Amino acid sequence: MTSFEQHFEDKINNEVNIEPRDWMPDDYRKTNIRQISQHAHSEIVGMLPEGNWITRAPSLRRKAILLAKVQDEAGHGLYLYSAAETLGITRDEMIEQLHTGKAKYSSIFNYPTTSWADMGAIGWLVDGAAIMNQVALCRTSYGPYARAMVRICKEESFHQRQGFEILLSLVRGNATQKKMAQDALNRWWWPSLMMFGPNDDNSPHSAQSLHWRIKRFSNDELRQKFVDAATEQAKVLGLAIPDPALKWNEERGHYDFGEIDWEEFWNVVKGNGPCNKERLDTRRKAWEDGEWVREAAMAYVEKRKNRSQKAA
Amino acid sequence: MEGNPNNEIPNTKMKNALLNYTLSLADNASVMSHRLGEWCGHGPVLEQDIALTNISLDDIGQARSLYQYAAEQLNNMPTTEKTNLFSDMMLNAKIAAGENLDEDDLAYLRDAWDYRSLLLVEQPNKDWAYTIARSFYYDAFMQLFYKGLQNSKDDRLKGIAEKSLKEVTYHLRWSSEWIIRLGDGTDESHQKIQTAINDLWMYTGEMFKMTDTDKAMAVAGIGVDLAGLHKDWLNNIKNIFTQATLQLPTDIWMQDGGKEGHHSEHLGYILADMQFLQRTYPGLDW
Ligand SMILES: [Fe+2]
Ligand SMILES: [Fe+2]
Repeated sequence: MTSFEQHFEDKINNEVNIEPRDWMPDDYRKTNIRQISQHAHSEIVGMLPEGNWITRAPSLRRKAILLAKVQDEAGHGLYLYSAAETLGITRDEMIEQLHTGKAKYSSIFNYPTTSWADMGAIGWLVDGAAIMNQVALCRTSYGPYARAMVRICKEESFHQRQGFEILLSLVRGNATQKKMAQDALNRWWWPSLMMFGPNDDNSPHSAQSLHWRIKRFSNDELRQKFVDAATEQAKVLGLAIPDPALKWNEERGHYDFGEIDWEEFWNVVKGNGPCNKERLDTRRKAWEDGEWVREAAMAYVEKRKNRSQKAA
Repeated sequence: MEGNPNNEIPNTKMKNALLNYTLSLADNASVMSHRLGEWCGHGPVLEQDIALTNISLDDIGQARSLYQYAAEQLNNMPTTEKTNLFSDMMLNAKIAAGENLDEDDLAYLRDAWDYRSLLLVEQPNKDWAYTIARSFYYDAFMQLFYKGLQNSKDDRLKGIAEKSLKEVTYHLRWSSEWIIRLGDGTDESHQKIQTAINDLWMYTGEMFKMTDTDKAMAVAGIGVDLAGLHKDWLNNIKNIFTQATLQLPTDIWMQDGGKEGHHSEHLGYILADMQFLQRTYPGLDW
């Protein structure tokens, strides 16, 4: 071990953050770039399923809340792209990787939002699952990532609350509204559990990431925490979680739950989810349609610079 | 003078004018917010996605304050005075049943012919140039308008104007900067924004056209003399266009009608989207 490596390992072991200018192993850098950019892409692609309901929100208040929520996700994307940029990759390069399919984003956003209740289910479950991950990441070892997470977590609890509140209004409404809420839970429950990734014994990057403190808890630990919390919340809503195997286990002090459909999981990861193509096409189109705008903005800045240089 | 029968007709007229005036402002803000909200997630760059959403959120906030005020006005009217104000069956049923109305009843239960918004705000986003041009014309107008409305004898409108003026001043700065950037950017952007400002020019005349409602409100010291804003508006527009190296459109016929319920084909689709849940599952809380 070189002295650089030794120094790095010491920092990891002593819970000292790694900062952009510190020496770090190549793989550590790569793993962080992969994870942070994937996280950033998830925030941006994640704007689309909820954006799908902004113009159809059922009240002005709900519309304003949803707009603000989706806007927050854009802000999260910004923080995260900036954090990743400290590792020596540009935002444009990352976006390019998203558009070519080289970089992934969270598979959950490849499912369609077909009813208003999905805005509730996404806030409650998807943001809820994201919070489990993100709270843990506030103590991740790479400083800029950890600090971005602290900012993001502050906003996420509002996201989960607004989702839960949407569902609460629905279950307190009439039979159709209740049905709408249950239908959304039926569709979003399993994909939400999948958000934590493969089982620990099938997770290729997990061991190294845990050692480097990029990850603080294993996929299965976080998933269990989520199931425990969400099951109690579902009781408050009076909705039934679509898992016949879900049962309190006194001995473990946790809920047991059924097996995830891993075939579906890998299938969606590979690009065969109901909306994979649509989501990517939409992102690419926004980027391509915006090209002349970005060019104009840059050309204008250049012109200004030249003019002020001439004036000086 | 309450209860004096001779005063009842002018009173009712004034009440209706104030209601129409408030609704017209609310509809503008709501439709504008809707259009800008359509961009959310599709902007040319993340920072601008966020900026547009900010503006959309300000507009929806303005719309809510104004609709709330309009609803209060309606709730204070005797039923006989408001039975035939609107065409919508669901809305009229609520009124006939003596129910109190709220902001959402007015946004979600009026069809296009009862909407009093400008033709300008319902125009489609099309692309970034059209979106910027539409915002610029509207923001430049609203900034002058709210400045004037700060002197309203109606305390509620005055209060809303004071708060909104700060917001719209920022909106105008944002859209002006984009006009300049696109005009003085690349050849392509110059051409695109020139086309957009030309194409949307025909919807700018309506902003200054005084309907009977506008006249009544201006005379009462509640509303703003719109025609009087035109000179300043034009000067501001010219100033920005000069900086942007853009040509002021001329000789174009001005379209109007939105303020009196005669809309383009676009508003119907906006409302079909916006009102879908309220129409399909009527009378529920969300
Ligand atoms: Fe987020
Ligand atoms: Fe979120």
